[in-house]
Amino acid sequence: MTDPGLARERTWLAWWRTLLVAAGVAILAARMASLEGAPLFVATALAGWTALFVVAFGRYRSRRAEPGPALPLFALFTVGYAVLGTLLVLNR
Amino acid sequence: MAGVLGAIRQWFDPEEVRRVGNTPDYRFSLANERTFLAWIRTGLALVAGGLATAQFLPPLPIAHLREVIAVALLLLGGAVAVRAVDRWARTERAMRLGRDLPATRFPALLAVAVGIGSVLLVVAVLVQAFQ
Repeated sequence: MTDPGLARERTWLAWWRTLLVAAGVAILAARMASLEGAPLFVATALAGWTALFVVAFGRYRSRRAEPGPALPLFALFTVGYAVLGTLLVLNR
Repeated sequence: MAGVLGAIRQWFDPEEVRRVGNTPDYRFSLANERTFLAWIRTGLALVAGGLATAQFLPPLPIAHLREVIAVALLLLGGAVAVRAVDRWARTERAMRLGRDLPATRFPALLAVAVGIGSVLLVVAVLVQAFQ
């Protein structure tokens, strides 16, 4: 299959950029949770990034034009980090 | 309410999106996916800003102002992420049906909100500097 615009590669790179930003968010959330003394939240924040990596890698491996549930899952995890941060801010 | 639930079902069930119209050139679908990812990064950046505000900003002279800024950024980031999926599904549907892409005010509203927030913070910094 020819892919003159390298659309698949560019999409995979966009997933990587998103994963790297998500890693920053996960580390910030984990740092905040550890300062507040909430080890469960630390574990959740770091496990969340691992899950995102699995979702993104599954999307890449599927080699299909339609992304499947990967997109809503990413949005859901972003909302999850927002909720986790809000809980940490409100509970201190 | 049924419309909202239907939209949410559509996000998680790509089969449903695929049932209408014709499959567009896969490069267009992948471009739509990258646009979605760019919006997710925007949302994640807002969430990161909220988390950083809560952790690295010293308490402000106005009580709880720091917490209010942090929670506002966090909620804005979550809203951007949810809206990104909806936008992706609507764009995919429009491409399959050969229609115009749906019009949206969201980028303009987000830009105005971020702009107003920045101006308020500049004013706050200047007021503190001259006190």
